[in-house]
Amino acid sequence: MKFGVVVFPGSNCDHDCFHAVKHVLKKNTEFIWHQSTNVAGFDCLILPGGFSYGDYLRTGAMAHVSPVMKAVKKFSAGGGLVIGICNGFQILLESGLLPGTMMKNTCLHFLCQHIHLVCQNTRTPFTNTLNEKQVLRIPIAHNEGNYYADEKTLKELEKNNQIVFQYCSSGGAVRPEFNPNGSKMNIAGITNKDGNVLGMMPHPERAMEKLLGSTDGVGVFLSIINYLSGEKI
Amino acid sequence: MWLAEIFVTPKKNILDPQGEVIKKTLGHMGYKKVADVKQGKYFQVVINETAKPTETIKKMCAQLLVNQIIEDYTFKLEKIK
Repeated sequence: MKFGVVVFPGSNCDHDCFHAVKHVLKKNTEFIWHQSTNVAGFDCLILPGGFSYGDYLRTGAMAHVSPVMKAVKKFSAGGGLVIGICNGFQILLESGLLPGTMMKNTCLHFLCQHIHLVCQNTRTPFTNTLNEKQVLRIPIAHNEGNYYADEKTLKELEKNNQIVFQYCSSGGAVRPEFNPNGSKMNIAGITNKDGNVLGMMPHPERAMEKLLGSTDGVGVFLSIINYLSGEKI
Repeated sequence: MWLAEIFVTPKKNILDPQGEVIKKTLGHMGYKKVADVKQGKYFQVVINETAKPTETIKKMCAQLLVNQIIEDYTFKLEKIK
């Protein structure tokens, strides 16, 4: 089993993702520079957080045309697992691998805080070790986390169980007052229709060790490992 | 040579918090009659082609310059030396 952490110019959560999978979960992990067009041999690709291309033009807008993204698209079309975290999620949206877009947080400032997420679908490669409605405490750190899609797309996401994580209270209540950035339907994470591509704004790789204040991110990566090990979801 | 001027604005039904804040700030400065403000983007693209590059500009907008989920755009093309 091999994980690949894609690195764009300006990515800054690549080392945290690498540490999470290689050192905490002891899985074979390599960095993939964005100029590479070869992702052969990898089982899961991680698009990490950061400020790829300085967020110039729009967040994720230029990274989505990096040479590596052609390979990522082909990889995901073949069923390979892709997880985009924060800027990684933004890149997946700009590349069309996930529907919708990100806008500036409605509060208009950068948010750096722990929030609660509720898992609404445990039947994905990214959440199969979690319990239905399990609440996770995970940090966010973003200026553009306000997820937007039109009503037709939102209805599709709901119908296909693609809404995997929603911002909520510590008790799991999904209400506007627990939505930090104004995203539609408190959406914090979605998958594509086939369920093999996940984008999430919160940072599970920053919630892997007790020392950092939460280990609630472990479940996301353990689920991927579980799925790749051939465990039935 | 052609100069393309591309004007990108948030779609009408999209909340533009930056525009709202700018409108409020203008109000604090004494401009009480401002009904609405939208913040957009402006690109100047110089293209080295003989034929009018209308379709090229449209493709550039669709593929990179404009997020067509939340933005509208118009453009002007002018022949330059």
